[in-house]
Amino acid sequence: MVSLPFSTQLINLFAGLLLLLSFAMLTQRRVLSLINLFAVQGFVLALSTSIVAWSTSQGHLYYSALLTLALKVVLLPWILHRLIRKLSVKWDVETLINIPATMLIGIALVIFAFNLAAPITLIGGTITRSTLGIATASVLLSFLMMITRRKAVSQVIGFLAMENGLFFAATSATYGMPMVVELGIALDVLVGTLIFGVFFFHIRETFESLDIHHLEKLKEH
Amino acid sequence: MELLLVLGVPFAGGIILAFWGHREYAPELNAGMSLLTFLAASALTVRIIADGPILVWNDMFFVDPFNVFLVALTAFVGFTTSLFSRPYMRIEAHTGRLSRSRLRLYHSMYQMFSFTMLLALLTNNVGILWVAMEAATLTTVLLVSLYRTPASLEAAWKYFILCGVGIAQALFGTILLYFAAEKVLGAGGTALLWTHLNQVKGDLQPTVLSLAFVFLLVGYGTKVGLAPLHNWLPDAHAEGPTPISAVLSGLLLNVALYAVVRTKVLVEGALGTHFAGNLMMGFGLLSVVVAAFLLSRQKDIKRLFAYSSVEHMGLMTFAFGIGGSVATFAGLLHMTVHSLTKSAIFFVVGHAAQKSGTQIMADIRGLIDTNPTIGWGLLIGSFAILGMPPFGVFASEFMLLTAAMHEQPWATPFLLASLGVAFAAIFGKVQPMVFGETTAKRLPHPPALIPVFVHLGIVLLLGLYIPPYLADWYRQAARLIG
Repeated sequence: MVSLPFSTQLINLFAGLLLLLSFAMLTQRRVLSLINLFAVQGFVLALSTSIVAWSTSQGHLYYSALLTLALKVVLLPWILHRLIRKLSVKWDVETLINIPATMLIGIALVIFAFNLAAPITLIGGTITRSTLGIATASVLLSFLMMITRRKAVSQVIGFLAMENGLFFAATSATYGMPMVVELGIALDVLVGTLIFGVFFFHIRETFESLDIHHLEKLKEH
Repeated sequence: MELLLVLGVPFAGGIILAFWGHREYAPELNAGMSLLTFLAASALTVRIIADGPILVWNDMFFVDPFNVFLVALTAFVGFTTSLFSRPYMRIEAHTGRLSRSRLRLYHSMYQMFSFTMLLALLTNNVGILWVAMEAATLTTVLLVSLYRTPASLEAAWKYFILCGVGIAQALFGTILLYFAAEKVLGAGGTALLWTHLNQVKGDLQPTVLSLAFVFLLVGYGTKVGLAPLHNWLPDAHAEGPTPISAVLSGLLLNVALYAVVRTKVLVEGALGTHFAGNLMMGFGLLSVVVAAFLLSRQKDIKRLFAYSSVEHMGLMTFAFGIGGSVATFAGLLHMTVHSLTKSAIFFVVGHAAQKSGTQIMADIRGLIDTNPTIGWGLLIGSFAILGMPPFGVFASEFMLLTAAMHEQPWATPFLLASLGVAFAAIFGKVQPMVFGETTAKRLPHPPALIPVFVHLGIVLLLGLYIPPYLADWYRQAARLIG
């Protein structure tokens, strides 16, 4: 057994936590808890990014970690909390059909993700390359979450969680994208969430509910 | 300098119109801003043709014949659409479908949308290209949902979710591309610059790049409207205001295809095989066939022409997929004529729908009786888009078919059959709308039909005679990406 340096072990631990959180989000039925899980995911992401920054002395990753902390742990959850309070859907419980089946599909996705990432992991040069499989898996799990959800708010959280997974993929495969790109992505995500927020109100005003099955009228005639 | 203006004017316009976009003179202000952008873009084009490609501001922006051609096209159609939108949006406000604050949002977002498209075209950074494409999605989501009707909200939501997921795939592809590039170019900002990547494309890791291309094609392909990822497109076109349908079809789809073609150049260089081209041909052909057979089932006039856009984007993707000078030339020409024709058709369709008070084709009748220019515009535009000689679409489709017969003979029957089916579907629906008894009413503001005939005139000209400098320009661009 080859013993890994302590920092790598920590990063692997956080990667495992991220995967666990993705599964938790997949089956979480309370909107409020879903937002909290999203914030925790952001926090784990910021922690693991700063450990990567510390162990590889990549200075710019500290800024990425700070950006993640500010955007995904503080700002976005705050916006979402405000939204669900104003829309009074704070205590809403979503009916999810067939949680065991969803979990099984999720496990299959994880295996698929590891296979997909395997050739890239082999040629990777970063200390974090083994976590790329987990990053890919959490992207796919968020995708699955968006498909299975019927509420607008949870779909958006799925979308944001997918962005978290992509960010993790970027840090684990390449120590993060260039700063200007990362700032641009952060801006897009923030503006996107604000627009989604405005949208929720319009959707509720028009359909008197945030269920997206009301949004399936436009079909081929 | 020109570059600064091309990007700065629409950006400033977006901010200015966010304050004054609800005033009486806002439509003129919008058109004026678009005119300035167009003039700056023309100046930039002239300079590129004279001096060759330029790389400015720490290599952050890169202009070569390929993208300057799209910049010019984008600025031109953006300008003519703003002319069309003047009376169109006034009529919409007059009939009470839009309030003043919505008009302000509309004008501001119109300029921001132009800005994001031009940024996507001009940037040298593949990451910024992604950021600009995502920003373009966000601005158009606001524009599609402008009427706030249940149907428009649904269309915007679908657009947002589908394109959001799609563009997330493209981000994953970009990350993989950076991963491969970083090994060769070293970490930091330069590893995502397209010109740097292009120089070292032979050394990039092939496995990673082929995986990256799959993600990039699926991601940006969603925005191009390639089947089976085209679901958002007809809804967004039908439910948004018509000037937005015109720029979506005429410009945004082109910009997304531009992103695909740029990455294809890198991937083909790294792989040394025709993998990327084959994928593009497959998606392209599927889109052509699927769209052609869905055309005849449409009842809404804007959905009809939205499906026609899917078909034509499929043709272009197929042409770029074949590669080589003839097919790429055909693809570029088709990009130009499709943009011009399709936006002209949407201008006419917008006014026709306003006159009849509906977008349902069965209720639009006798356009030639009440307003001959609208009627003839729709008829001529439909002929042009269906690839009738002597229009430019005929020339590009003919070249494309010749190249296909030469390189990929198996695909030609599918293409020909689809074009035939599309012809029957569209012509059969347009003919009764143009002729016959009328029920239409007068419009409160005179429609702007000059842009329609300017566009169709250029398309006609391109079909009869391609000026040598333009042909040379296309050839230069084709060499860059062929």
